[in-house]
Amino acid sequence: MTDLNDKLETAVHPENLRRVAIDPVSRVEGHGKVTLLLDENDRVHQVRLHIVEFRGFEKFVQGRPYWEAPVMVQRLCGICPVSHHIAASKAMDMIVGATLTPTAEKVRRLMHYGQILQSHALHFFHLSSPDLLFGFDSDVAKRNIVGIAAAYPEVAKQGVLLRKYGQEVIRITAGKRIHGTGSIPGGVNKNVSIEERDYLLKDIEQMIAWSRDALALIRQLFEQNLDSYNAFGRFKTHTLNLVREDGALDLYHGGLRARDMDGNTLFDHYDYSHYWDVIFEDVKTWSYMKFPFLRSLGPEQGWYRVGPLSRVTQCDFIPTPLANQARKAFMAFNGGSATGATLGFHWARMIEMLHAAELIQELLHDPDLQGSELVSKGQRQERGVGVIEAPRGTLIHHYKVDEHDQIVRCNLIVSTTHNNQAMNEAIRQVARQYIDGRKLTEGLLNHIEVAIRAFDPCLSCATHALGKMPLQVELLDVEGDVLSTLTRSADGAFS
Amino acid sequence: MSDTFQLDGASIPFKAGQTVMQAALAGGHYIPHLCYHPEFKPHGSCKVCTVKVNGRTAASCTMPAEAGLSVESNIEEMNGLRRTLVQMLFAEGNHFCPSCEKSGNCTLQALGYDLEVHTAGFRHMYPDRPLDASHPDILLDFNRCILCELCVRASSEVDGKNVFSLAGRGIAKHLIVNAKSGLLKDTNIALTDKAMQVCPVGVILQKRIGFSVPIGERRYDQRPISAQALDDAPRQADASGSCTACEGTP
Ligand code: SF4
Ligand code: FES
Repeated sequence: MTDLNDKLETAVHPENLRRVAIDPVSRVEGHGKVTLLLDENDRVHQVRLHIVEFRGFEKFVQGRPYWEAPVMVQRLCGICPVSHHIAASKAMDMIVGATLTPTAEKVRRLMHYGQILQSHALHFFHLSSPDLLFGFDSDVAKRNIVGIAAAYPEVAKQGVLLRKYGQEVIRITAGKRIHGTGSIPGGVNKNVSIEERDYLLKDIEQMIAWSRDALALIRQLFEQNLDSYNAFGRFKTHTLNLVREDGALDLYHGGLRARDMDGNTLFDHYDYSHYWDVIFEDVKTWSYMKFPFLRSLGPEQGWYRVGPLSRVTQCDFIPTPLANQARKAFMAFNGGSATGATLGFHWARMIEMLHAAELIQELLHDPDLQGSELVSKGQRQERGVGVIEAPRGTLIHHYKVDEHDQIVRCNLIVSTTHNNQAMNEAIRQVARQYIDGRKLTEGLLNHIEVAIRAFDPCLSCATHALGKMPLQVELLDVEGDVLSTLTRSADGAFS
Repeated sequence: MSDTFQLDGASIPFKAGQTVMQAALAGGHYIPHLCYHPEFKPHGSCKVCTVKVNGRTAASCTMPAEAGLSVESNIEEMNGLRRTLVQMLFAEGNHFCPSCEKSGNCTLQALGYDLEVHTAGFRHMYPDRPLDASHPDILLDFNRCILCELCVRASSEVDGKNVFSLAGRGIAKHLIVNAKSGLLKDTNIALTDKAMQVCPVGVILQKRIGFSVPIGERRYDQRPISAQALDDAPRQADASGSCTACEGTP
């Protein structure tokens, strides 16, 4: 690639290139678009993932009473509303000066683990298994959950029931599967009754067993495709995630840990209520989504990756036995090669799904869930920051509330935003590996989507189409005229 | 033997001075309503209670009961009109039920469910109505006001304070606070006032209560409004002045 720019972010001479757009990217949450600039020899000059983001929300919430935020923010996303519900509640805990009661914290954790379970199950079984089980350039008409249900009915069934179980945990803790109200400033509005607990206990063993099966499946896929899985979209990156005081994986609470791409610790157990001292957001003209970076490394070098792969590899251990064992196996597999692979995301995600299932079981046996002290408060504060590890990665909610109880400022950094640059790096790598110099086919373009999907991005948190999103790829000449078009209709047929 | 009139084929007894609504509720028959409240003089503004009396439409909350009247209420024609009225109320204000703390306790929402109103039906007007959060303990969210005047009536008739009024006409009609500054903090409203209890929607709110009642335990979670209206009729305030039937303040 001597005559090409190495980074592929911005082409040197875009005027002579033809443009290919993948719009929208399918089987991801929401709406995203990828554009490629190619020359007449099919060499790739520029690759970009563009995202429509939810900046509007931060304005919308201004003027609203603070206690409304944890419920209102759920409208950000139909896929992981609970993550926003809990992150905003944590910020509001600070506003009301609360230290949570054991019951409140445990009910919230249970809700959160239910969300992790259902979100990870949805992603692995519905959105990614078609690529993984059929192959990235397999018959596109079958490469969807309907195809999976036909070829692997047991896998499809487990996916549906794991997800449903997670949603039941959410319903019981939040009051509803979506737009629940369970988490409120300073605590929760309900506990978990004995009947509700028993109802959930009934199936938890099965959920743990199926989570282990899913882990075995992803391991087997890595074994079968060792070289290609290891190399696919591989790139080096810094990482960011929360860890518990003792270094354990903790998805609900902790301090921030950042490591550079060589594993050196940049900061650890950093108090997230001052996150802006270590993380800053950059803006680029071609994307609505901001590009956060680690301040100490600067905007060029400081981008990082969040989410399951960062969490599982960067924590010191996982505090539930089966998931911890699974983590050790993952770290040791083939000399640790999967821990740096973009497809390693799937493996890490399944470890977390097992961890969530184990935690749910543990919590269900905890009598604090039936406690009656639900809410606490203390010295009222002006500023509140809530951070959790959402299914897709670190989620930051930050509010300023005035003396009339109205929100005057809000800043959100959602998981997918943290991963913005990392996803761009991954697809550039895939473009180099699979597309550069070749005639484009749908199968080749799907490789780009596979790399994006590995991150489980939630691109606009609005629509959700289970592999049936219409997709159009256009080849344009330098004048912008369409040379040829590849279209996938909503039923998956290509023309 | 008291006089009777016919309501949807049933014989309804009434006492002199009762309206069609009062007699119907007392006799165990529900007629949908919004601005009617058993403790206040009928107001007749929302028109949700409209019925057909001897073939002509009338507001049942203001219509005096008379012997021999033939009243039709639970018929598709009237329910269709009620649905449209409720849709217009939803379209006129900013009612975002999923993030409204009155959800589950809101009369407008409950009525919407009961009448099977599934969409706003009209283009939303998205009015710009800033909150009044000036009072330390009470929040006014004008976005949800349906101009029923219950708070106006409660404040003047029961509390003797006159905190609220309606101003403007037609589509420009709106709720105002009777203070020079126009702000609630400059009135003598108190949390214990009747005006705090009567708002059928989420305008007059005690601060920092928010979503503290879980889904499932809110007023309309278990039983629809049509079933509950009968329990409450006739509704009375208890010795402490609070009316258990009124939504809002526990
Ligand atoms: S504030 Fe409530 S009670 Fe007062 S007029 Fe508006 S809707 Fe009616
Ligand atoms: S209830 Fe009769 S007009 Fe409103």
